[in-house]
Amino acid sequence: MTAVPVPHRVVSRSPETSDTVTLRLEPVCEALRDFVPGQFAMVHCFGRGEIPVSMSSIQATGGLAHTVRAVGAVSEGLCAARVGDVIGLRGPYGTGWELERAYGRDVLVVAGGIGLAPLRPLVLRALAEPESYGRVNVLIGARTPDDLIGRKEWEFWRSAYTGVTVDRPDVHWHGDVGVVTQLLGRARFDPAGTWAFVCGPEPMIRATARELHHRGVPRARIRVSLERNMRCATGHCGHCQLGPLLLCRDGPVVGWDQVESLLSVREL
Amino acid sequence: MTVTDAEVTAVLDRDGLDALVTVLRSDGRTVIGPTVRDGAIVLAELSSAAELPYGWGVELDAGRYRLVPCEDGAAFAHSAGPQSWKNCLHPQRERLWSADRAPDGEVTFTEEEAATPSYAFLGVRPCDLRAIAVQDRVLTGGRHADTGYGRRRRGALLIAAECTAPGATCFCVSAGGGPAADTGYDLALTEVVDEDGHRFFARAGSEAGRRLLDRIPHRSADLATEVTARTSVDAARDRMGRSLPPVDLRALLGESLDADRWDDVAERCLTCGNCTMVCPTCFCTTTEEVTDLTGDHSERWQRWDSCFDLDFSHLHEGPVRSSGRSRYRQWLTHKLSTWYDQFGGSGCVGCGRCITWCPAGIDITEEVAALHAEHEATSVGHETAAAAHGTERWTETER
Repeated sequence: MTAVPVPHRVVSRSPETSDTVTLRLEPVCEALRDFVPGQFAMVHCFGRGEIPVSMSSIQATGGLAHTVRAVGAVSEGLCAARVGDVIGLRGPYGTGWELERAYGRDVLVVAGGIGLAPLRPLVLRALAEPESYGRVNVLIGARTPDDLIGRKEWEFWRSAYTGVTVDRPDVHWHGDVGVVTQLLGRARFDPAGTWAFVCGPEPMIRATARELHHRGVPRARIRVSLERNMRCATGHCGHCQLGPLLLCRDGPVVGWDQVESLLSVREL
Repeated sequence: MTVTDAEVTAVLDRDGLDALVTVLRSDGRTVIGPTVRDGAIVLAELSSAAELPYGWGVELDAGRYRLVPCEDGAAFAHSAGPQSWKNCLHPQRERLWSADRAPDGEVTFTEEEAATPSYAFLGVRPCDLRAIAVQDRVLTGGRHADTGYGRRRRGALLIAAECTAPGATCFCVSAGGGPAADTGYDLALTEVVDEDGHRFFARAGSEAGRRLLDRIPHRSADLATEVTARTSVDAARDRMGRSLPPVDLRALLGESLDADRWDDVAERCLTCGNCTMVCPTCFCTTTEEVTDLTGDHSERWQRWDSCFDLDFSHLHEGPVRSSGRSRYRQWLTHKLSTWYDQFGGSGCVGCGRCITWCPAGIDITEEVAALHAEHEATSVGHETAAAAHGTERWTETER
């Protein structure tokens, strides 16, 4: 490992759910190289450590956003960051969604829980260039209504077909209930001419990718973002291996054709 | 092994070897080489060539290592010990950077700029020369380079000792190598002890090696010494204690993910990680954040890690590889198969350390042979069965 984190200031902090926060960041001095949607940064919380987090917003000013769910010491520290605090970022690392490969085609985005965060810049880019893409669909699933992130933004995504479902509804929920793959029947896409972009818990990714392939989307056009333990992000620590892949280098976004057989092996 | 016109050769006696260490030290180099300590031949800083393990050999077996006297008084009569050169080039602990927080909340990150020793490694076995080349590819051959490793490696002078005494756990030939130093050295020595005396046939492998040879007392290589040296190295090729099955290991391991043998080895494996610590190519590391009492100074440290550790694959739901079966499979499959995909070659050089230092005596060559036998026995219809198996194994109940 070599790169040293670059200081970034927290310029806004927006709670998304009870355990998830979106931090908007601006470089204190120098900015990192441009990120493309799907890539990630190593985010350093002072005195706690570093974790890999995908970019959930990429702005021309060098401003970035990370959506972090508090599940460990570092992510808890980041979620507790206050406006004005300085955190360190290294990156960009890894592969992007490569939305441009879907030029002229239908775009299908399927997100589970916080998996929507890394897909957000892709959705915004696809909607910003309606002439470049066919129909845009965004399907979102979460465990409960309280686990849905980015709800305020959905109304701006009206030009896309947006479907939302939860596993366990509460009394205020009048929408769909069940797994996110149930929404595929209502989405508007031509399977053979569609590019799909999927992020969420691994079982959800597997189920979604299989269903999409079953419906006729070619495996190589199903792009999924995978998660593994990462310490260095530079291909040297060995933690993020998935069979032949180093996910910090060959991922996190990979084609379903690359990983379908790997993800069917238990504990690989 | 071919002799080219350009190859500079010489013969050194023991005084020449003494002078070699003296010259290297006077150049400000830290000379690391084998020496006897705590009942083993370890790699440590040498202040003189007299500290080399003259008169000691080793007796090796799975889970067994003993020093034994060797009557001819040779310095390089041993095979791989518990350490490898990665202990110097890719150290167990290394500070990567520091972070300081000022009273106003500003944070400064400072890259580590530790003084890098200028190493000279004396007595690098050909298997370990290959291991260094493997780590070079892993740590400096990709999109990002490990600068600390690169700094230490660029400054290191490699003096190989060709192998004339392979151990019972050695299998470099079947791992694609051999007892001769072919490339990647500055100077290669072959020890010769016979009625004509105790001497070292030396070949320069680089300009630095040629210059070094010029500065130490030597005589021109005589044919008898050269022939004896080359013959004993050739003979070592046929005296390997063990061997990997002569099959496409990359394909074998790639097709053996469902093998029953993994359950068998998991019953013996303690998942202690010794094999990964002694392996000269295992490179995995983790990081630690260390703070001082003020709480405003924080340091990022890197240390060796092992794929046998439960935390290695930890995600917030728990480890990806929780069973011993899956962790041993990860190690062996990575070493012999997926290493090709990741770094363009095998991760095993056949040094035998993982066999010698396994407290349970697990033998990589025996495990691979068993996997091969199982693969042969089940290869009929293997692929169709695996494909069907794969789709059934996971269901949505995990969610």
